[in-house]
Amino acid sequence: MALLTMREALGEAMAEEMRRDSSIFLMGEEVAEYDGAYKVSKGLLKEFGSSRVIDSPISEGGFAGLGIGAAMTGLRPIIEMMTWNFGIQAFDQIINNAAKMRYMSGGQFKVPIVFRGPNGAAHMLAAQHSQNVDPLLANIPGLKVVSVSTPYDAKGLLKSSIRDDNPVIFLESEMLYALKGEVPEGEYLIPLGEADKKKEGQDVTLVTWGKITHKALQAADECEKLGISVEVIDLRTLRPLDEEAIFRSVRKTNRCVVVEENWPFASVGTHIADRVQRECFDDLDAPVIRVSQEDVPVPYAENLEEEVLPSVEKIVRAIQTVSYRI
Amino acid sequence: MSVKISEEKLFSFYEEMLFYRRFEERVLRAYTQRMFAGFCHVHIGQEAVCVGIQGLLEAHDYVLSGYRSHTQAIAKGLSAASVFGELLGKATGCSKGKGGSMHMFSEEHRFLGGNGIVGAQAPLAVGAAFSLKYKKQKNISVCYLGDAAMNQGAVFEAMNMAAVWCLPVLFVIENNQYGMGTHIKRVTSVDSLAKRALAFDMEHSSVDGMSVVSVYEHCAPIVEKMKKTGAPYLLEVNTYRYKGHSVSDPGLYRSKEELESYQARDPLIQAETILLQSKKFTKNQLEELNQKVKEKVKKAEEEALSAPFPEKEEAFKDVFVS
Ligand SMILES: Cc1ncc(C[n+]2csc(CCOP(=O)(O)OP(=O)(O)O)c2C)c(N)n1
Ligand SMILES: [Mg+2]
Repeated sequence: MALLTMREALGEAMAEEMRRDSSIFLMGEEVAEYDGAYKVSKGLLKEFGSSRVIDSPISEGGFAGLGIGAAMTGLRPIIEMMTWNFGIQAFDQIINNAAKMRYMSGGQFKVPIVFRGPNGAAHMLAAQHSQNVDPLLANIPGLKVVSVSTPYDAKGLLKSSIRDDNPVIFLESEMLYALKGEVPEGEYLIPLGEADKKKEGQDVTLVTWGKITHKALQAADECEKLGISVEVIDLRTLRPLDEEAIFRSVRKTNRCVVVEENWPFASVGTHIADRVQRECFDDLDAPVIRVSQEDVPVPYAENLEEEVLPSVEKIVRAIQTVSYRI
Repeated sequence: MSVKISEEKLFSFYEEMLFYRRFEERVLRAYTQRMFAGFCHVHIGQEAVCVGIQGLLEAHDYVLSGYRSHTQAIAKGLSAASVFGELLGKATGCSKGKGGSMHMFSEEHRFLGGNGIVGAQAPLAVGAAFSLKYKKQKNISVCYLGDAAMNQGAVFEAMNMAAVWCLPVLFVIENNQYGMGTHIKRVTSVDSLAKRALAFDMEHSSVDGMSVVSVYEHCAPIVEKMKKTGAPYLLEVNTYRYKGHSVSDPGLYRSKEELESYQARDPLIQAETILLQSKKFTKNQLEELNQKVKEKVKKAEEEALSAPFPEKEEAFKDVFVS
């Protein structure tokens, strides 16, 4: 085992895959000479050269579409969005072309492409720079959506995403790039569509994914002190969704809290709550509770930002509420 | 029509540039002292651009910009304290602390942001110009764009609409040669960004942005003509940012020599030289001015510092018109 940061784990995943398959290239703003705006692609230009690690103009719609065209014709692009806030500019290409090409061509074309980059609020970046795209993209049939919380998951899932023959949206976080975690020395893959139990527990199932998983785990620890044993399920992949992992846990604990960094309306959490009440109705001892961002754009001022983002306290309160222990 | 700047006007421009230089230095200091966080992009080195151009505007002209816009906001009439307050996330900030460094706004002063998405202000600027034409007002809409923003699809679309519908937008490309760490030559096929206007049959030119005299004298007839014809114009202003892209960027992608070659043509030094040569102003006067400006900046910062943070309820207001 080696201790790697999230950015190193992601970088290793790309390097390993690029070594094994020469049809893979990386394109995005500042990915080459600057080693990545967040240094995720550090060293890749040096190893693979400028024909495979390419600095793009600030033309998100353009290079996303270029990637899709290249994927339709035999290459395997990794397209980095400096952040997903700018990836919104590429939604037309991602939604209208990447997601639908296979289907509307009657199964003729495949689009093996990964769109990756940091997602969600960082710190005091205000409304346009603090957005989560998971619900927006998980809504689209034809896209796989991955959201990672640890270096280990990040490496194994990015490698699988690159090998997948379908378009994959890969969600990271600026706030997690420096996070360190154990990563095996040799090669490993984590299949898409498998959730991971990040903590075993008996009384409440906490379903979460991405950066907020860490706050969820903190909240779970707090609750242990209060005598509530919380099981934390990190979904890791939103599409395809590992429903069985959720149901299995809920059938054991009989209580479910969904924690997400999205806005509450028509989010991924609403879908999970719907599936749980439908499939685990007889097992539930309380209604499913959701913790999400407040239903407002993310403000700049630190005290306001804190107010609207999910916090450990809010998650603890939700766990207490679902346990009727408040 | 050619315009010559008077020494008095140059003196007032000098004061304004000096103010922006000291303001942005103070902003950087506040940032490094952790008085605020997030992104922070300053205009140090580029002061002559907004001073020369906005010195030609009237209150009813619109200005739109990107995330590097503290000084342009002040030049449009926003108080320095309200801009500093916004940086500190204070209730008295020009966007009530909800926008921050990248989102200065003032409806009153017709400053329409402060946009964090590269190039996204261009269609909005065309919209403001559409409004002006619709209401038969003889004003213009000024749209600042970075050199790298010229590769955004929205900017091409905006320019075409401005041209085909003859809308009074002055597109100002602040060409500081870099978009973050990428030199413009690596991502752009034209040798001069002004040439982009050829695609739209739009009037265009380039000007030296290190000299406020050049910017002002070059732009005066352009703005005057636009107010008559209502036609759009693309102006490339060649300038340079002395600091990194944002506070976190050490700027290792460019040479010290390159930076120094621009600092040798610093807009403040150039203006100072002309003022002293005119013999209308003495070194003492300029030094006094420097002190006065420093005091003004300090006062703006103090005013912002002593203001309250927004109430928590503020987070839930302004989502809709109530
Ligand atoms: C659509 C979009 N893509 C990427 C970014 C990230 N970004 C912010 S500023 C910037 C560089 C812009 O450079 P330029 O337009 O030349 O303006 P300058 O910073 O030099 O003033 C980039 C890539 C963004 N804000 N918006
Ligand atoms: Mg630039």
